[in-house]
Amino acid sequence: MIEGIPIYHFLIVSTIMFFVGVCGFIIRRNLITMLMAVELILNSVNINFVVFNRYLYPDQLQGHFFTLFIVGVAATEAAVAIALIINIYRRFKSIEVQNVSEMKF
Amino acid sequence: MTIEQFFLMRHELLLILAAIIVLIAELAVSESGKTKIIPFAAGLFALVTAIGFIPAETGTLFGGSFQTSSLTLFMKNVLNLAVLIIFLQSEGWLKKPENSERISEYFILTIVTLVGMNFMISSGDFLMFYLGLETATIPAAALVAFDRLKSHSAEAGIKLILSSALSSGILLFGLSLIYGATGSIYFADIVAKIEPSPIIILAFIFFVAGMGFKISLVPFHFWTADVYEGAPINVTSYLSVVSKGAAAFTFSIIVFKVFGALFEQWQHLVYALAVMTMTIANLFALRQDNIKRFLAFSSIAQAGFILLGILGANEMGMASVVYFVLVYVFTNLGAFGVATSVFNASGIETISGYKSLYKTNPKLSLLMTVALFSLAGIPPVAGFFGKFFLFTSAASRGYYILVLIAVLNATVSLYYYLRVIKSMFIDQTDEPIAAFRSSISMRISLIMCVSGIFVVGFASGIFEYIREISQLFF
Repeated sequence: MIEGIPIYHFLIVSTIMFFVGVCGFIIRRNLITMLMAVELILNSVNINFVVFNRYLYPDQLQGHFFTLFIVGVAATEAAVAIALIINIYRRFKSIEVQNVSEMKF
Repeated sequence: MTIEQFFLMRHELLLILAAIIVLIAELAVSESGKTKIIPFAAGLFALVTAIGFIPAETGTLFGGSFQTSSLTLFMKNVLNLAVLIIFLQSEGWLKKPENSERISEYFILTIVTLVGMNFMISSGDFLMFYLGLETATIPAAALVAFDRLKSHSAEAGIKLILSSALSSGILLFGLSLIYGATGSIYFADIVAKIEPSPIIILAFIFFVAGMGFKISLVPFHFWTADVYEGAPINVTSYLSVVSKGAAAFTFSIIVFKVFGALFEQWQHLVYALAVMTMTIANLFALRQDNIKRFLAFSSIAQAGFILLGILGANEMGMASVVYFVLVYVFTNLGAFGVATSVFNASGIETISGYKSLYKTNPKLSLLMTVALFSLAGIPPVAGFFGKFFLFTSAASRGYYILVLIAVLNATVSLYYYLRVIKSMFIDQTDEPIAAFRSSISMRISLIMCVSGIFVVGFASGIFEYIREISQLFF
């Protein structure tokens, strides 16, 4: 609990981060940037968990632990995704989405 | 915690052990004899599957994080069986020279994703559920990009990992809201505090959006067709059967167990998703010529039918979902098995390329016909009973219009399934696919599929058993 800062402030920040991430994922056309947008979403979730835990349920640790696991999983996800992006770059000589879409409906 | 309690995780422990044994076997075989791993791993997995069927204790572990019941054990056995059939079918593809270096990787990655799905099914809190979900999807992306020298495979891999990362992000946001509203991530505690407040409903919508990606329900299905087309064909069958089946199991468990009290609120959402999924997937399936894309849209449509069972929201609904997935395993793997052996023999994966297949390979054509009839739901085969129970469960809640829409969609789906059959039996061509013999393991897997299609349909004891264990679950 931080004196003088109500929970709403944190939640507004995290919600804005979440939707910036979703918009970024949809609008951006570069694979690395899309990956960064996903990381933004995951970090907004982390803020949510920590803030809920700290402000509403300070006597337990479930939210904190969930956050730690999300950080770990996000790292593995980024590792696999970047490996795949390197593979894409070798095949297509580009990581722009419009160049990497041979399959369409 | 005693050692006996630890063995409640028998399925998971066995699978992890199998993955480690395959890893050691990779070190033990000589450079030229890597293909020996294929029969070894398939045999090992057959053993794991057989041990899984031995009756076991049920209970909870880790303070409620991990729960088993006879229903979850049955679900894990169904998934094991499906993976065994896929392993038998993948021999021809793995023996190709470009894969000789990476045979054991395929087995290890597949088994690890299966471990993740098992944890997901058994989860008793949202943390275990999330970890299982990620363990099931991240290695799956590596599997999809397995043919790393082919640009389609690479493209499919990146599409899968990015869309699944987005979907799990959305799902997690929903979970964080649930945590904020109820103060717990354990299913048992959430059930006690859940109420139809706006924040919970918003969280449920995020949750459905995230799971909808995994089951490929319609507004979230855009990755499915591309990934299925680009992935190697055995990985496609893995995604469309095992991955989707596990996600459907988990979705129904959590929706019934955690959100059961909110049925009045979520029924409209699931209703709308079911209608959209069935209709749009059927319309897209009409215009496909690539067999993998065709089966992708067909599997999206089948996911729409699964939602009908979930709408039942009672033990009949649960039983019909589990039974349908069991039928779907044999049916879809039968169709994929034929597509795989045709692809391995001739490199053809278009429906128009199947012309006159009946003249040269009558057995395979008949098998494909049985599988497609079962997918469409024609009476003598198991697919009919699967759909029948799903419709019954939706009708028992009074969704007559939804059932009518579903029946109409099943009729439309018959058109595109028959298109494949027409191509095989009626269309003439001067250069049909030459006659070929499949490998022994492929034939074993196809025999398993055919006998499964008929036995599961006719042996009423199987559905009775599933219904019994579903009753214990509620």
